[in-house]
Amino acid sequence: MSPGTPPAAPVVALVDVVAVLGAFPALAGASLRVEPGEILLLRGANGAGKTTLLRLCAGLVPVARGSGAVLGFDLATQRAEIRPLVGLLGHQNGLYADLTVGENVRFWGATVGASDEEIRAAMERLDVADRLADVPVRTLSAGQRRRTALAALVARRARLWLLDEPHAGLDAVGRDELDATLRQAAASGATIVIASHELERAGSLATRVADVVAGQVREGRP
Amino acid sequence: MSPWRIARLVAAKDLRIERRSRVVTSQVLPFAGITMVIFAFALDANQRILEQVAPGLVWLATMFSLLVLVQRSFAVETADGALDAMRVAGVDARAIYLGKAIGLGVQLLVLEVLLLAAAVILYGETIRVEGLVLLVTTLISATCGLAAVGTLYGGLAAGFKGRETLLPLLTLPAVAPVLIGATRAVEAALGTAGAVVSDGWPWVGLLIVFAVAFGVGGSLAFGPLIDE
Amino acid sequence: MTTIDPHEPAADQPPTARGRPAAEPLLPAASTGTRATRVLGIATILAMAWLVAFGLGFSPADRDQRESVRILYVHVPTIWIAYLAFVVTAVSSALYLLGRQRSLGWDRLAGASAEIGVVFVAVTLAVGAMWGRLTWGVFWQWDARLTTTALLFVTYVGYLAVRRLGGSHQQRARRSAVLGLIAVVEIPLVHFSVKLWRSLHQQPTVFDTDGDVDMDGLMLFSLLVGVVAFSLLYVWLVMHRTRAMAMEDLLEDRGLDAALAARRAEAAPAGRDA
Repeated sequence: MSPGTPPAAPVVALVDVVAVLGAFPALAGASLRVEPGEILLLRGANGAGKTTLLRLCAGLVPVARGSGAVLGFDLATQRAEIRPLVGLLGHQNGLYADLTVGENVRFWGATVGASDEEIRAAMERLDVADRLADVPVRTLSAGQRRRTALAALVARRARLWLLDEPHAGLDAVGRDELDATLRQAAASGATIVIASHELERAGSLATRVADVVAGQVREGRP
Repeated sequence: MSPWRIARLVAAKDLRIERRSRVVTSQVLPFAGITMVIFAFALDANQRILEQVAPGLVWLATMFSLLVLVQRSFAVETADGALDAMRVAGVDARAIYLGKAIGLGVQLLVLEVLLLAAAVILYGETIRVEGLVLLVTTLISATCGLAAVGTLYGGLAAGFKGRETLLPLLTLPAVAPVLIGATRAVEAALGTAGAVVSDGWPWVGLLIVFAVAFGVGGSLAFGPLIDE
Repeated sequence: MTTIDPHEPAADQPPTARGRPAAEPLLPAASTGTRATRVLGIATILAMAWLVAFGLGFSPADRDQRESVRILYVHVPTIWIAYLAFVVTAVSSALYLLGRQRSLGWDRLAGASAEIGVVFVAVTLAVGAMWGRLTWGVFWQWDARLTTTALLFVTYVGYLAVRRLGGSHQQRARRSAVLGLIAVVEIPLVHFSVKLWRSLHQQPTVFDTDGDVDMDGLMLFSLLVGVVAFSLLYVWLVMHRTRAMAMEDLLEDRGLDAALAARRAEAAPAGRDA
């Protein structure tokens, strides 16, 4: 970036955010800043709050205390505006098991008005076109379902990708393909936040690392 | 994307899933049929009584089947987090509501027609021609009301433990007017206990008011109710 | 003695973070009683005594129903107050949703009023059953009013069940407020459909099955005393209940503070190893 350009607004800016699941403070004061185009890796043990953090950034979980903004929209009052711009891939895939891969991706793409070409392109990028397009999701392997879900994410043109353990359940080939897709997405302007245990693999992918410990976030060294 | 188009997408998606999985046709419809049979057991297969109460039994079976249909409709969404995914995608909640209600309504309508057929076969009801228009109008307006209520409370209950017990508790008192009105209207259409067709139309009016009230209220309330 | 103001913004209100004072006792106030509730309580007791005096003593026995008409002095006010309670629930639900602040006080009022309304409806049904048994030998009749009352009862039991679904206070409040307004849509629909239905089956009887007894003079006055007494009781109960709810919420928030502190302590010694 040349010195004359003003700094771009952060994609995610959280200040001391507390989020509760029932009575439990899943996030106990998380501060985080994510710049555009970054691939941020969130490390942390199970139960540390990574999933809640991702869901919060997607606008699914409300902010109990503290403040935050995603893509310029305030998390307290503008969650509805945040959601269409964000893609969340959690532990579940959000797919309809009885429909085919093609039908699933088309459905999700159509909800944002994506054209047929965009949908087709998304499916090809994730290698779920052709052979798999007419296969019911029910019969797919975990890795193939992941790819289908990612194709839906691409078709929806999300600007912020929030991925929760994306490598889980994938074989070596699947993981390579996933990494390639993520690098490509980052190159075309998406910002990616990954929560993962796969430290080596995700570490090589990420441009920055943060640790999530007991519901709080602190920057770490890779 | 206009909400109408998205609603059509959602409804088409639900019906396509049903076409593939056939859960409703292979499980819910037989369930409804069986309830009609066991009603006869409870009433000692007394032909005279069965003929008189047949319209009520049809709608009773419909109410119970509604609960099952709603559970199924939302089980599809929560199985893989699809409803959450729709919320994240920022899909207009009103469109989701409308789409799911339409999908539910279509399945409900098929169910009701089959239940009427069962009443004709099992309880000896006859469908008279002069009551046909009333009958069809009743079916459609009652179905709209039931679908509106079912989708609303189904969405609310979908996210929580104990949803199976919460849904009937919320839904049945709310659809009591439909049970009352639809039964009276069908009695008028079929001529049960000497009712005349013209008796039924005020009840259809009630059903339409109900459907509109819950359709509008539901589309406004659905978003806040499924949100966290 | 500290008092709890039901409209005090609760600790979990968005969007600003609240600074917490250093060390606070875990239990807020000693009780929900204040000067106002004490005065109200005494007034309620007096009104009830007045009701007993008039209801059981001064008012005449009915021509047809004799002494059993006296149950009406309890039965009728309880259902009126129940309706009032549910209207209050609906109005506070609306006020919660419409307010910029989303003050939880309105939500607590809605919930407390609904709880007390449900209790009053239950009392109405029970007392009505007793009265029916005494007067006509039956515990229940399918007349319009009784049927609507029964449905009202179940509807608001459902509302209370939804209030207990859990989540943060704001989540509970929003869900309940929406449901409270939907319930208000349901009530007239139920009322009209049941009324239309039962009007088809008008039984010609000596007694008006809707329970309206021809009242005059002293009997009407006793009924009004009953309404006053039960209204006071309602207000007294709602005040205590909303305050108790505020304390429950406060307790949960303190619990949250404690949980937060515990969770943060978890992290501190965890170290900085990457």
